Amino acid sequence: MASAREEILQRIRDARVPAAEPVVRGYRDTGPGGVELFAERVADYRAVVHVVTDVPEALDRLRGKRIVVPPDVPAEWLVDGVEWLHEPLTIEELDRSDGVLTGCAVAIADTGTIVLDGGVAQGRRALTLLPDHHLCVVRADQIAASVPEALHRLEPTRPLTFISGPSATSDIELNRVEGVHGPRTLEVLVIT
Amino acid sequence: MARNPVTWLGSPTFPKAAHKALADTQLRQNLRKATGTIRGRRAAAVAEMTDWEQLRVAGEQIKNDVLARLDTLLVQLEESVTARGGVVHWARDAEEANRIVLDLCREEQATEVVKVKSMATAEIGLNEALEAGGVHAVETDLAELIVQLGDDRPSHILVPAIHRNRSEIREIFQRRMGVEVSDEPADLAEAARVHLREKFLTTKVAISGANFAVADTGSIVVLESEGNGRMCLTLPDTLITVMGIEKLVPSWQDLEVFLQLLPRSSTAERMNPYTSVWTGVTPGDGPQRFHLVLIDNGRTATLRDSVGRQALRCIRCSACLNVCPVYERTGGQSYGSVYPGPIGAILTPQLVGDMRDPQAASLPYASSLCGACFEVCPVRIDIPSVLTHLRAEAVEAKGRTAESVAMAAAAWMFKEASRYEKAQRAGALARFLARDGRITSLPWPGSRWTSSRDAPAPPSESFRAWWRRNRG
Repeated sequence: MASAREEILQRIRDARVPAAEPVVRGYRDTGPGGVELFAERVADYRAVVHVVTDVPEALDRLRGKRIVVPPDVPAEWLVDGVEWLHEPLTIEELDRSDGVLTGCAVAIADTGTIVLDGGVAQGRRALTLLPDHHLCVVRADQIAASVPEALHRLEPTRPLTFISGPSATSDIELNRVEGVHGPRTLEVLVIT
Repeated sequence: MARNPVTWLGSPTFPKAAHKALADTQLRQNLRKATGTIRGRRAAAVAEMTDWEQLRVAGEQIKNDVLARLDTLLVQLEESVTARGGVVHWARDAEEANRIVLDLCREEQATEVVKVKSMATAEIGLNEALEAGGVHAVETDLAELIVQLGDDRPSHILVPAIHRNRSEIREIFQRRMGVEVSDEPADLAEAARVHLREKFLTTKVAISGANFAVADTGSIVVLESEGNGRMCLTLPDTLITVMGIEKLVPSWQDLEVFLQLLPRSSTAERMNPYTSVWTGVTPGDGPQRFHLVLIDNGRTATLRDSVGRQALRCIRCSACLNVCPVYERTGGQSYGSVYPGPIGAILTPQLVGDMRDPQAASLPYASSLCGACFEVCPVRIDIPSVLTHLRAEAVEAKGRTAESVAMAAAAWMFKEASRYEKAQRAGALARFLARDGRITSLPWPGSRWTSSRDAPAPPSESFRAWWRRNRG
């Protein structure tokens, strides 16, 4: 008897689907972009947005809190008065923290999205998932105008997380409600 | 061959189920409210996009290309996933897929697994199969959880508990979680968070579906809202993803089309809160064992039908359900399948693959052919055309029936003018059954018409007779 793999592939060939017409990409591949549009779109998801010129001054509010940071966090972000939690951290330690501070790989102005890829200042995926408060630093030059532009800048084989606002659900009467399993507060610091 | 669990065992035909559902005023009220809300929001989200039509055309073309090159692309996907440390399994049908997943759970010695909402696993009845094998599957999507805790069946592709309003959800949560909770959606969401937190942190095996798989990179994509997906895709040691063979896109660039089409079509958002992309195994981040189970379960049979195969372009957004006047009134459970609504009416019977099955054969009739579903479909599936095509197949499969005998008799009668006139004179006798020009109840076989609608009384004299009398 043929293996499931062989049989499925043979059934597909037997279906004799004719070749398709070439794909016409007539849609926009860019957009107006910019910090202002990005900030506006992030805020639409009921995330907190600050447009600032300097990270440390924006971190004042974290005083007295226990905040997770990725291993390669820039030293100037580690302001005094905050209990910084460094890796290695257990699932329980992440769960009991007050928040997490990271950078990002790319952001998307059109949709108000930030994308993490586990690269510089981001850490592994669990870091931005278990703490209830995620602060994400976005540099102006990281903001792509559109979804196509953002995908072009990303390396698909890295573990990617696209984040658009705080955790939410539309499962009760199809209305969006914020705050389910992921971080219930998303705070984005845009550095210009 | 075992029956395809895509339809629920013992489900009545659509007209019978719809008849019952229509009498449920609470259900109709819940659905009117929910679908009304989402229709308005979707229209606004789409209106923002000046290039929506171009995106739809590209979405259609990319998916057509996938169907045309499916064998090559699947082999390519297998190679790229394997190269990145994943293991690929193939399953001809539901039974085979369920056995593969159960064996994998047993290898991990798991008695409990967490699940991300997935249509593919609902279609194959995975939870029931796992339960029978001693593995309990915990649904973590809020709506799936509501269905699971309520011992209910899903009624919508995206929001399986759409038929429940907030106070019904509250009642289910209080009964099954043993907690006091208000009917505020935010409180209900909080209750689900608390209920599942411990499971996420301790369960070693997760099962997911996939929205897309990128053939040339081996990347798998899951879109979600709550973060339950991220929990399942990140925290456990082992991840098992079950995916229909048609869920492919050829290249990473193709995702730029679908990441724009899907969120706006399904939840009417510019972007859903979370999208996860992973490729095989990443050392030090996420599950260190990854299995991808590719399922056929009726898809290759659907692929053979040149008209019907376009149903395989579906990206499960559920926009067609939300605009369908039939769905809004009958609800999803009347379709007797995990795939309800217009897409279900064309996908379910094709996956079942047997038009002699009266329940499956009744589904293509669950439509007024108004065409709203095609208008909103992000991959331009011409659902009305497939519906009429499948109706023809249903008629053919039926063979000689009362209806076909009546049609043959009608053909004989229309052939000769004299026979036709005699029939008209005989028909005029039915006037004696009419009240106010309507006939509300005819004897059999006419009763099959008048059980659901009135028939107009025939005129006392036919046009031909009148013409002969006045002008002849």
